[in-house]
Amino acid sequence: MTAQLQFRDLTLGYDRHPAVHHLDGAVEAGALLAVIGPNGAGKSTLFKGIVGTLPPLAGRIERGGLAARDIAYLPQIADIDRSFPISVYDMVAMGLWRRAGLFGGIDAHAREEIRKAIATVGLTGFEDRALATLSGGQMQRMLFARLLLQDARVIVLDEPFTAIDAKTSADLLALVRRWHSEKRTVLAALHDNELVKAHFPQTLLLAREAVAWGSTGEVLTPQNLLKARQMCEAFDEHADACVQVA
Amino acid sequence: MYDLFIAPFFEFEFMRRALAGALALAFGAGPVGVFLMLRRMSLVGDAMAHAILPGAAVGFLLYGLSLFAMTAGGLIAGIVVAFAAGLVARTTELKEDASLAAFYLISLAVGVTIVSLKGTNIDLLHVLFGSVLALDDPTLLLIATNATISLAVLAVIYRPLVIECVDPGFLRSVSGAGAPAHLAFVVLVVINLVSGFHALGTLLAVGIMMLPAVIARFWARDITMMVVIAVASGCFAGYAGLLLSFHTRVPSGPAIIIVAGALYAFSLMLGRVGGLAWQLFPGRHLEA
Repeated sequence: MTAQLQFRDLTLGYDRHPAVHHLDGAVEAGALLAVIGPNGAGKSTLFKGIVGTLPPLAGRIERGGLAARDIAYLPQIADIDRSFPISVYDMVAMGLWRRAGLFGGIDAHAREEIRKAIATVGLTGFEDRALATLSGGQMQRMLFARLLLQDARVIVLDEPFTAIDAKTSADLLALVRRWHSEKRTVLAALHDNELVKAHFPQTLLLAREAVAWGSTGEVLTPQNLLKARQMCEAFDEHADACVQVA
Repeated sequence: MYDLFIAPFFEFEFMRRALAGALALAFGAGPVGVFLMLRRMSLVGDAMAHAILPGAAVGFLLYGLSLFAMTAGGLIAGIVVAFAAGLVARTTELKEDASLAAFYLISLAVGVTIVSLKGTNIDLLHVLFGSVLALDDPTLLLIATNATISLAVLAVIYRPLVIECVDPGFLRSVSGAGAPAHLAFVVLVVINLVSGFHALGTLLAVGIMMLPAVIARFWARDITMMVVIAVASGCFAGYAGLLLSFHTRVPSGPAIIIVAGALYAFSLMLGRVGGLAWQLFPGRHLEA
């Protein structure tokens, strides 16, 4: 298999403090990878690095010939201003950015695609609803419709199933499996180990560094999970400069 | 009726000029105000308006009441303060609002000092409150040009501006247009404030930008309608304010803002989107 994403001694962080520290490894093309770990383990940070919005402090990410902007990204729902006056339709239409850009028109064909994406996530009839009127589950469905339109080879999902009811999770999980069957590479940050075991063949257990990375059965052991909890030390205001050499 | 509402504009050229200026101002500043509000930058407009003063004052000091000198000075000062505040916010612990507050207070003090060094109180009043009734051709042209630029640029940066407000993480992941769009937007704020500065003075310039925007918030649920309503209420405030000023001898700049303020009070009470009356008397709850 060819590597779609390759991390080479990758350190990502904020204000020189590493949140992901000296990560090495590869995500194969077509992989369905769960990224798990305690809060503050660096999952979101890693995803921001992958989609290119956070430049590495050290090391690099190779994206198998893709530009960072060709990777579809589902941000954490908390990062979205839900009081903003915009409709579901317009929000989903953002998925066409790579094609439409600043000024490109949205023609009949594109409108049909938008309609289909909204139907696929079960939000038909919600097109004109304002963001503020959506429930958490409807919101997440809408964001998945936007991902559908982005039609990307690599899809990165930051906590897609957090605070979502069972029915919505199941529907959205079906979409993830569909992407997997279409040979797209999917990474998801998750907190539900049962869900990971049931649906994700590969797992990366992160706690600033990779605690374990491989097939889900081998990664999700009590020893590894305990180790991850212990490794997630607090941020040290007075930490020394890191001298570790890869 | 005719005498009250239309005759002043037919009979007096200065009223026609003032109306043209006020309408152009509404078209330029209204949409910019809507975005300032949605980006939670409402007070940034206020700070920027004060920041323009020392630049205009230096222009005034060197060349007297010269349109070009005061405009150029105001533009430069406004943009310098905007970028300096942004730079301080990005490189230090200070947040952008605090850093802007520091800069604009200094600017205001420096500006008023410069004006009073040379000018009389009348000059100071002119700078602080503008003179929409005395717009000459070049000033009118400047305001119209700024409104045109502002609408054209807003059309170009509309999508990134909207997406950056609602979902900044997504925009950064698909495009680098966020930062340039933001910079262009800040420049638009400054040029519209410079327009407003000539007509309404530095203290009230921001009024014709923010009041129509907050009025629109009470009547519309989507941005397009908000922009339309903001422009319409800005135009109405300009027209009705000039009439109020004409018939009652209230100074024109404050009259325009007072009308806008009255519209705001009305919207706050009765606005269909979250107005107080609808909250106090919501009616029976619905079926679904």
